[in-house]
Amino acid sequence: MTAIDSGAALPKRRADFIPALLPVALALAALPFIGSSSTWITLTVAGLSMGMMIFAMASGLTLVFGLMDVLNFGHGAFIAVGAYMAALVLAPLAGWTQADALWSGLAALLPAVIVAMGVSAALSIAFERALIRPVYGQHLKQILVTMGGLIVAEQLLYALFGPQLIALPLPTALRGSIVFGDAAVEKYRLLAVIVGLVIFATLILILTRTKIGLLIRAGVENREMVEALGYRIQRLFIGVFMAGSALAGLGGVMWALYREQVHASVAQELTVLMFIVIIIGGLGSVTGCFIGAILVALVANYAGFLVPKLALVSDILLMVVILLWRPRGLFPVTSR
Amino acid sequence: MMILSGDKPRSLVLSVLLAAVFLALAFAPFLFPGSKPLNVAAKICIFALLVASYDLLLGYTGIVSFAHTMFFGIGSYGVALALFNYGPSWTMIVLGVLIALPLAAVLALAIGLFSLRVQAIFFSMVTLAVASAFAVLASQLSWLTGGEDGRSFQVPPALRPGNRLFEGEIFGVALNGRVVSYYLVFVACLVLFLLLLRIVNSPFGRVLLAIRENPFRAEALGYRIVVHRTLANVIAALIAAAAGALNAIWLHYTGPETSLSFSIMLDILVMVVIGGMGTMYGAVLGAALYILAQNYLQALMGSVSSAAASAGLPLVPGLFHPDRWLLWLGILFILSVRFFPTGIVGRLRQRATKA
Repeated sequence: MTAIDSGAALPKRRADFIPALLPVALALAALPFIGSSSTWITLTVAGLSMGMMIFAMASGLTLVFGLMDVLNFGHGAFIAVGAYMAALVLAPLAGWTQADALWSGLAALLPAVIVAMGVSAALSIAFERALIRPVYGQHLKQILVTMGGLIVAEQLLYALFGPQLIALPLPTALRGSIVFGDAAVEKYRLLAVIVGLVIFATLILILTRTKIGLLIRAGVENREMVEALGYRIQRLFIGVFMAGSALAGLGGVMWALYREQVHASVAQELTVLMFIVIIIGGLGSVTGCFIGAILVALVANYAGFLVPKLALVSDILLMVVILLWRPRGLFPVTSR
Repeated sequence: MMILSGDKPRSLVLSVLLAAVFLALAFAPFLFPGSKPLNVAAKICIFALLVASYDLLLGYTGIVSFAHTMFFGIGSYGVALALFNYGPSWTMIVLGVLIALPLAAVLALAIGLFSLRVQAIFFSMVTLAVASAFAVLASQLSWLTGGEDGRSFQVPPALRPGNRLFEGEIFGVALNGRVVSYYLVFVACLVLFLLLLRIVNSPFGRVLLAIRENPFRAEALGYRIVVHRTLANVIAALIAAAAGALNAIWLHYTGPETSLSFSIMLDILVMVVIGGMGTMYGAVLGAALYILAQNYLQALMGSVSSAAASAGLPLVPGLFHPDRWLLWLGILFILSVRFFPTGIVGRLRQRATKA
C-alpha cells in the first residue's frame, strides 16, 4: 500500500468535452445540407428552444433515478398537470395576456408558472407516498405501478377538464419574431432558450456549489455511504422528487404555450421523448440530460426539414448511434 | 400429464376453473351460438396466447417490455397486407406469416442485444420508445398500412361465413366458415400455449427463473444473462406475432386500434397481473375474466354514468363515462400489483398448499 499524502490535491476527473461538442458539430454539419443560412438559424433556434423545454422536463427524472434508482414512468403526468394549470390561470388574465407590452405578457406568465410548479410539487408528494414508496427497491413493480399512475393521472385529467383540446393562446407580446439579418427567430423560442439556460445554470450551481448539491451528487455516486455518514437520504430524495416534478410542471407550461394547446396526451407523448433524452445523456447525469435534450431536438428539427418521413424515427436512430458509441450514455454516472 | 409438460395446476379449484375455461372455449360455437359470444371466445383464445407469451417475459424472465403490442401488430399487419395486396388465398396467409415472424424475431433480437446488455430497466425504456415509434410509423405510412383506418381484407373462401362444410346442422348449429375459423384460432392457440408451457418447464425455462430470482448468482453459475433474456424476448415476440396473425384472420381487419394501441398493452399487463405472473395458467384465467368483464362491464359503467347524470351528481358522470374505462383499469392494475402480486393462480396454489 502506498502512503497517502494528505497534502496532495485530490485526483481530478478528466473533463470530458467530446459530448459537449456534439451539438455544435451536428449544427455545423447540417448547415451545408440545409443550404440557406437564414433557414438554418431559424431551425437551430427552434431546436434549441425545444431542447431546453425537454431538458426542463427530463432533468428531474434523471436526478431521481440517479439518486434513488427510481425510474418514474409517471413523470409525464406532472407535465400535463402543469399545462392544465397554465390554462386555468391564464384564462382569467386575458387582459394582461392580450396587452402589447412585454412586461404584462411576462407578468401574466409568472402566476401561471408559480401555480403550475406549486401544484405539480404538491401532487408529487402524494404520488411518491402512494405509488413509489410502497414498491421501493423492486424495479419490476416500480415500473408497473408508476406506469399505472401515468394512465390514472391522464384519465383523471380527462375526467376533470374534458377530453377535448383546450386552446391556450400565447400572450400577444410574445408573438411574432425578431429578424436578425434575413433570419426570423420567434420571440417565444428565444424566451424558452433563456429560461432553459437559467434552469441549467441554476441546477449546476446548486449541484456543485451548495451542501445540498454535494449530498445529492454523493448520493448519486453511492447512496449507502451517504446514509452511513448520517444523512437522511429519504428526505433528500423527496426534496429532489418535488423539485423535479415542479420542473416538469414548468416544462408543461412552456410546452403548452409553444404548441398553444393543452391536452393530457402530452404526458405519454413526452414520456417517450424524455426517456430517449435521459438514455442518451446517461441515466443520472444532469449535464448529459442537457446535451441529450439539445441533440434530440436539433436532430428532430433538421430531419423534419430535410427528410420529413425520417423525423418520425430520428430520435430512435440518434439513440442507437449514441449507445453504439457509448453504451451507458454520454455521461455514465451511476455504477448500477 | 406429458401434454402439460409436467406442470400441473397444483390446486383443485384451479384445475376446475381451467377445465371449465377449456371446455367452454372448445365447444363455444355449440354452447353459445350467435356471433357476439363467438367473437368473445375467439378474443379470449388469442389474448390467452398473447398474455402467456408476455408472461414468459414479465413473469419468468423478470423484464418489463412495452413493445409486445408491436410484435402483435407485426403479425397482424403481415397477414393483413399480404391478403389485402395479393388476394385471399392460403398461400398469402403463409406468405404473411413467413414475412412477419422473421421480422419480429430480428427486431426482438436487435432490441434485446441492444438494451439488455446494460440493465433491465433500459429495456423497458427502449421498448417503450421503439413501440411508440412503430405505432407512429404504422399510422403515417398510409400507402402501405392504410393509416388510421387500417386495412379490411377478404380471407380465403373456406373461412368465410357463407361457406358450409356440409348441409345440415350439428346440435342446431350450422358448420359455416366462421366456425371453421374459430377452430383454426382455437387449435393454433392451444398448440402454441402448450409449446410455451413446454418452454418454461425446460432447462432453459429454469435458467430464466434463476436469472429472475438472482441474476448475479445465475451469472456466477455460468449462464449468460444477456443471451437467455434475449432469447426469451425473441420467443415471446414470435408467439406474439403468431397471435397477431390469428387476430387478423379472425377479424378480417387490421388497424392501429386493434393491434398496436397502447391500451392493448395495458390490457395485456392487467391480464397477466390479475391472472398471476410467472404461472402461464394465469394468462388463461386473466384473459378469460378480463375480456368477459370488458364486454359486459363497460355497458354497466355507461348506465351508472347516465344514472348519476340524471341524479344531478357533479363529477360522477365524468368518472364513470365509458370512455374512462382506462381510469378504472389503471386503478385496478395498481392495486393488484401492490396487494395481489401473485394473482389468482398464486392465491389458489397458496391455499392448496396450506390445506
